[in-house]
Amino acid sequence: MGYLLQGDTGDWEVVIGLEVHAQVISNSKLFSGASTVFGGEPNDQVSFVDAGFPGMLPVINARCVEQAVRTGLGLNAKINLTSVFARKNYFYADLPQGYQISQYELPIVGEGVLTIDMAEGSKAVGIERLHLEQDAGKSLHDQHPSKSYIDLNRSGVALMEIVSKPDMRSPEEAGLYIAKLRSILRYLETCDGNMQEGSLRCDANVSVRPVGSTELRTRCEIKNVNSIRFVQQAIEYEARRHIEVYESGGTIHQETRLFDSVKGETRSMRSKEHAHDYRYFPDPDLLPLTLDPKMVETIKQSLPELPDEKKQRFIAEYGLSAYDAGVLVAEKASADFFEAVAKGRDHKLASNWVSGDFFAALNASGKTFDAPPVSAKNLGELIDLISDGTLSGRLAKDVFALMLESGKSPSALVEEKGLRQVTDTGAIEAAIDQVIAANPDKVADVMAGKDKLIGWFVGQVMKSTQGKANPAMLNELLAKRFQK
Amino acid sequence: MSKLTSLTIAEARDGLSKGEFTALDLTESHIKAIDAGRGLNAFITETPELALEKAKESDARRRAGTVGALEGIPLGIKDLFCTKGVRTTAASHILDTFIPQYESTVSANLANAGSVSMGKLNLDEFAMGSANITSYFGPVINPWKRRSDPSVQLVPGGSSGGSAAAVAAGLVMGATGTDTGGSIRQPASFCGIVGIKPTYGRCSRWGIVAFASSLDQAGPMARTVRDCAIMLGSMVGHDPKDSTSAPVAVPNFESALTGDIRGLKVGIPKEYRPDGLSPEIQAVWDRGVAWLKDAGATPVEISLPATKYALATYYIIAPAECSSNLARYDGVRFGLRVEGKSLDEMYANTRAEGFGAEVKRRILIGTYVLSHGYYDAYYIKAQKVRRLIADDFANAFKTVDVILTPTAPSAAFALGEKIDDPVTMWLNDIFTIPTSMAGLPGLSLPAGLDGEGLPLGLQVIGRPFDEETVLKVAEVMEKASGFSTRPKGV
Amino acid sequence: MSLDKSAVRTIADLARIRVPEDDLDHLAGELSNILTFIEQLSAVDTDGVAPMTSVAAVGLPMRADVVNDGGIAEAVLANAPDKAEGFFSVPKVVE
Repeated sequence: MGYLLQGDTGDWEVVIGLEVHAQVISNSKLFSGASTVFGGEPNDQVSFVDAGFPGMLPVINARCVEQAVRTGLGLNAKINLTSVFARKNYFYADLPQGYQISQYELPIVGEGVLTIDMAEGSKAVGIERLHLEQDAGKSLHDQHPSKSYIDLNRSGVALMEIVSKPDMRSPEEAGLYIAKLRSILRYLETCDGNMQEGSLRCDANVSVRPVGSTELRTRCEIKNVNSIRFVQQAIEYEARRHIEVYESGGTIHQETRLFDSVKGETRSMRSKEHAHDYRYFPDPDLLPLTLDPKMVETIKQSLPELPDEKKQRFIAEYGLSAYDAGVLVAEKASADFFEAVAKGRDHKLASNWVSGDFFAALNASGKTFDAPPVSAKNLGELIDLISDGTLSGRLAKDVFALMLESGKSPSALVEEKGLRQVTDTGAIEAAIDQVIAANPDKVADVMAGKDKLIGWFVGQVMKSTQGKANPAMLNELLAKRFQK
Repeated sequence: MSKLTSLTIAEARDGLSKGEFTALDLTESHIKAIDAGRGLNAFITETPELALEKAKESDARRRAGTVGALEGIPLGIKDLFCTKGVRTTAASHILDTFIPQYESTVSANLANAGSVSMGKLNLDEFAMGSANITSYFGPVINPWKRRSDPSVQLVPGGSSGGSAAAVAAGLVMGATGTDTGGSIRQPASFCGIVGIKPTYGRCSRWGIVAFASSLDQAGPMARTVRDCAIMLGSMVGHDPKDSTSAPVAVPNFESALTGDIRGLKVGIPKEYRPDGLSPEIQAVWDRGVAWLKDAGATPVEISLPATKYALATYYIIAPAECSSNLARYDGVRFGLRVEGKSLDEMYANTRAEGFGAEVKRRILIGTYVLSHGYYDAYYIKAQKVRRLIADDFANAFKTVDVILTPTAPSAAFALGEKIDDPVTMWLNDIFTIPTSMAGLPGLSLPAGLDGEGLPLGLQVIGRPFDEETVLKVAEVMEKASGFSTRPKGV
Repeated sequence: MSLDKSAVRTIADLARIRVPEDDLDHLAGELSNILTFIEQLSAVDTDGVAPMTSVAAVGLPMRADVVNDGGIAEAVLANAPDKAEGFFSVPKVVE
């Protein structure tokens, strides 16, 4: 039935639209040559243009335009060969020009679609548009009792504003949308998706309606939420707030709100009380942007295989489950790692090892795919050693642990530590003989019917062979021995 | 006026190269003239020390064999061009302490050509005005006087009133102006000098305090057409820092002054003869047509039907753009700050105290016409009419090569006259505004005197990027007019 | 078009220009006159005419993605009426 909230008067549906602001990966800003690097000294990455000094003029960065086109193509969206930059006029201390250069009526990218994968199946979420705009500077309100401090380093950095259609119906869908969008942006290398540093920010538009209704009621905008979890919490809180208001006979007024992550509540933004009339008009300092269709085609040809495509291919080529494939393709680095391990090898083994032991080790180590705890080459080699019988699965785990510790290759470690598995029946028989001879009372117990004790024998033989006995063989031989 | 300060740029260039005098001589004589002419209030910031330094450097360069196109020529810079290390105010209280850390492209070009800046010239606040009476630093006085009553102070026109007055009075040999709706041409007409607003995109706008971005253009103001051609050559050029700067080659404007306009067709627009056009202005216009015919050109009557809407169109578009361009004057990063209990209060107090009445009016009108519910009816409508105006000219230029009109509806009026109604003041630009709306080059030259002995100007309008023909035609008329009178006492 | 005091107050607020209460009426009158003047455009037939936002006939020029600006904090702050520790400072804003 989907996500519904129960009110006093009945069930309610939540209607969600998301506006994501993604900082474009580029060396310099959208309209100036100042650096975009995060975390510099205050006002050290500011051009006179970014600071809105008299007589300053914008000149657009070609790479930012390409990045926007690349992103649009990655979202299966329409690229508008002609688009217009418009001024969004308002006053705030971090907005030096007194207007933001954005796009209004004619954005660079039009309608597209993004698919999210839920337990019940896939859902297509519509993208309304993507446009380029300037980021604002940063205000610090907690450095001084009566003053706010302004740093303009971020002022003028290129942002892509990606607006979804109001197609989402639950906090879960919203979370999946953001995760998927972030994944695509990182695949395309058009945005690094770092929500903590603020290179990906999300505004959520929330409204509710009684189940079965198709109307769109007044929505509220929750601004600048910087984690997926908070977006979900904010949506839930806001939806419930709306329901409470409606059921008590009140009306919801369109307003902008902030999410207080400590209290888990949304509240009205006082500074946004002014009626917002942005007085958009085409920026007379910039002419319409016209794109060469050849340039767009070149970018299209250069797109990497994106998550959805890659997932389908992993399922088909490597026999992975939808879930496993989904986990692996979330980041291009993990997908590439998997393929380096799996190509030409047993797919099931590769999948289990990457998704299981490797990911556990990765998470525990705090490392990333740039410098993984075990290289794809070495992990692949480990799998080869299992496939050719050198190692049992159990031994392989021991070797893996040693690989993590030493960084050495599995073949080197096998040689060094003599960790080949024992598959020689004679040797295993001999080990079994030893254990049986040393434990007559336990043998008697097994013969008397305590079958579970066979497991104890398995453990003992394993111990005496330093874990090298081939488990399948060992079980078979032991079973034969205890056959009555 | 000493002998040196009555020279034209071309004459000075000649004298300097012959070694008759030095750049230092020129600068020193102009410093004296500025001293004596302070009553005109043409300057906001005089920079004599800097000028002497630059003059000496110029002489040194000349001795070393490097001679720029304007080497050693004393010029004035309208205080709308940001000059590095030298206060730039836009004639406004809100910028009266602003010292730019960068130099505008146009003033840098002139400095690179070897010229010597004498200082920053007065103007209407933020370039908004037609009489130079809105400056925070007080009005500029026209050096020309009425024959009947020389005690009456007259306006020099605006917004480049300080530039025009300084050139006319011999305080500088040439000056930069900016023209958005007529701010070079109209004061040139009122002060009996030559001024040209080039095609939109010819001169870079980088570093010029923006008023109306789609209209603003820098241009030279000097005493002769040739002088303007010389200055223009150094001012123009593609600037990658300005996205609206035209990527076109720079012709040699001076060599276009061939004196030969035989076969040229001159358009005379019938709509520029409104009811009530002063007979004296009509007479000067007719004389201009006669000079051109004598020189072998053919007058052709043309029609520019959308002319009558140009003023209203301008007074929607220019205020709209300025309301946005002036939003950056908020007391945060430069200029005046008036404290307030909150950020918004600080903004409101700073801007209320920092801006003059005309600037505030235009910001408010601009804010209104862009606002929700009115954008289509006003702003979009005006941009459509603007296209009609531009199309009128494009059409006309199918049959003519230049267009000849009066520059202003009157000679210079008295300080204190015409100030009751903003709209009446705006009518001063009625002949110059259409050219700006279409982005065309327009030049004003003095063509005669009225009954009071005050200069009257004629405007020559050309095709896009055809300043050469405009200058050529203007020079022919200049020779024919024999206009060489100077304001009394200059 | 006639503007009343409250309309002027709204516009002045949008433009962040404080207008003393006493001046509102006079300003409303001035602005109304101006609006009446510019309203004559409503009589012009502009059906099928495309708005002209620029006289420049070129397409938007683009620049290469190189860092060639910034690193001038001192110059950027040089004209600030109030600054501290490398920041611009303004009356505190409460969200």
